[in-house]
Amino acid sequence: MSLLELTDVTRSVRLPDDRMLHILRGVTVSVGAGEHVAVVGRSGTGKSTLLNILGLLDAPTTGEYLLEGVPIGRLSNGTRTRRRGRDFGFVFQQFNLLPGRTALENVTAPLLYARGKQFWNRTRLAQQMLERVGLGDRVDTMPDKLSGGEQQRVAIARALVRGPRVILADEPTGALDVETGGAVMDLLDEIASQTGAALVTITHDLAVAARAERQYRLADGVLVPIQLDAQTDWVGDVPTLVADRSGATERRLLEPGPRLPENGLLA
Amino acid sequence: MTGIVGAIVEAWDELRIHKLRVLLALIGVACAVTAITSVTAVIAMLKQATQEQNDKQSGRQVTLMVSAYPMDQSAATPTTWDDAFTNLLDRYSITYASRDEWIQAPVRLPDGKRSVQVRTVDVDLGTIDRIVPAEGRWFAEVDESAYAPTLVVNKAFLTALGLPDLSTHPTVEVGDQAPVTASIIGVLNDDWPGADPAVMVLYDQYHRWIGDDGSGIRSGGAAPAAGTAAANMAMQVPTVYLWVPADQVHALKRQIAQDMQAATPGWQVDVQGNNHGDGGLGRATTYAGIGIGGLALLLGGLGLVNIALVTVRYRIREIGIRRSFGATSGRVFFGVLLESVVATFVAGLVGVTLAVAIIKNIPVDTLFGGGIQDMPPFPVSAAVIGMLCATAVGALAGVIPASVAVRVKVIDAIRY
Repeated sequence: MSLLELTDVTRSVRLPDDRMLHILRGVTVSVGAGEHVAVVGRSGTGKSTLLNILGLLDAPTTGEYLLEGVPIGRLSNGTRTRRRGRDFGFVFQQFNLLPGRTALENVTAPLLYARGKQFWNRTRLAQQMLERVGLGDRVDTMPDKLSGGEQQRVAIARALVRGPRVILADEPTGALDVETGGAVMDLLDEIASQTGAALVTITHDLAVAARAERQYRLADGVLVPIQLDAQTDWVGDVPTLVADRSGATERRLLEPGPRLPENGLLA
Repeated sequence: MTGIVGAIVEAWDELRIHKLRVLLALIGVACAVTAITSVTAVIAMLKQATQEQNDKQSGRQVTLMVSAYPMDQSAATPTTWDDAFTNLLDRYSITYASRDEWIQAPVRLPDGKRSVQVRTVDVDLGTIDRIVPAEGRWFAEVDESAYAPTLVVNKAFLTALGLPDLSTHPTVEVGDQAPVTASIIGVLNDDWPGADPAVMVLYDQYHRWIGDDGSGIRSGGAAPAAGTAAANMAMQVPTVYLWVPADQVHALKRQIAQDMQAATPGWQVDVQGNNHGDGGLGRATTYAGIGIGGLALLLGGLGLVNIALVTVRYRIREIGIRRSFGATSGRVFFGVLLESVVATFVAGLVGVTLAVAIIKNIPVDTLFGGGIQDMPPFPVSAAVIGMLCATAVGALAGVIPASVAVRVKVIDAIRY
């Protein structure tokens, strides 16, 4: 049984002019425990909506979403919210650290919604998690005094502190330089595999996506499996990849074009 | 359990982090609570002061005054009035009661013998009328059986004696033909500036040692000639004061009037209570105080709502992030509400403390024109009202931003 299983899921919203906007169309995907899955796609293709549905922040318009075999439609709002806190850890592009709170307080925050030992031992658990992401000496530092990479590491510690079954990372390296982004992904991969948590990454960055065991491309609300080669090239039904830093990658990502140069990984 | 503790911890953290904002928001509430608490306390003290003033003038609530007048010149002086008084106390189990008789008696002062106003009373009058001597003491039971009369005098009397105080344990001779030496044990303030010398003495002592007419006859003096003013003065009975429970006043009034009437044939007995109500002024003061305090609190609360609403807008993203941690809408609502309540509770504490400091450090009792005998401690009711108002304002002011917070769309909030 898969941990998360979407079957023919759609998500539509009604626009102010009464037209329907179909964000997701018949998405079917499953994620097993401990798996690393990546979804690539350009802006506005519904990546975040898919992530929000997976993370129980949003609900499908039609289709079925099974969480450990249980249709989420059967869960009450409160149960969904509690399961979101317990089973999912979110890592955002802009880190979304709580302002005015130290690194330790940020990592402690999710544990305020936990119960039992996790709640009462929250400070110790948060401290341990910060040590684990290499920030044991920065626990009392405010987010604005941390570098981008450090902030994202705090966010990762915060996402993992409740021991989630699934980590949902929305452009986790989007606000970081290549080197820092690589280090953050190393950390995310390492901790996810250590804790046995599934990792679903949404990204523009094909290098980041290539780290995943399975990759998908989302275009116009349709999810298509692809295959990326992290070392040199990537192949599949996504036709192109460029190596420049001009932003052309995003534009061309979903368009037919020439094959990549041999060294062609994105920066 | 963890949910409640978690919400409180969260609210407290929020307040700790936004100290300046909270401080600004709460200055108004704290001031309002100080105002409402102080006003409530002052009103309580004012009521107490007024009550005590009334008690001093007409006895405690409710004191029945029993008086009797001869219906015509032929009516004989009642001989059983004192016995009837004693029976009354037994029959109705009245704890505090006093007779009160106003007499003129000759007293030997340094400038010669003078007729001085003498009030003969019982020990309990001190309690009923809240009499507190400026110096020395009021009568005690032991004085009833003393071998010489004891006196409580006014300051004018002491001045007439040429004495500054009671340090010399002064005595004075009372009576005409056979004066009796009486010890002065207490001094009262004059009722008004330039008051005449006056003396209080225990009723039984006076009649035992000095006599109804002030002659000192009981100690060997001669009776005044019939038809003289002194003799006519005997045509009176002491007024009787009875401190009775308020809920029994009506029944007791009727029965006591009947009982005392039986003891005084040919006399008219009147029984009056002093329970005339505290008048409209007391109520008006209370309402004015509540009105002022309520208005102050309303303004403080509006300031709080204003700042809380702005804060929620500012915190939309944070609320979204917390929702992603598993914060239910109930928890978000409760959290924002609790923040407001915790904040105003703290503001309430500050306000009440300020009010206590203010009330304790200004001479409230002298402002009310004289010392308050039973100076009420800072009224607990005022502190409780202050705290309740603060918390209620916090809850009311928190509901609006809390509702806004719950309506925050998580997805939009995170991307905000």
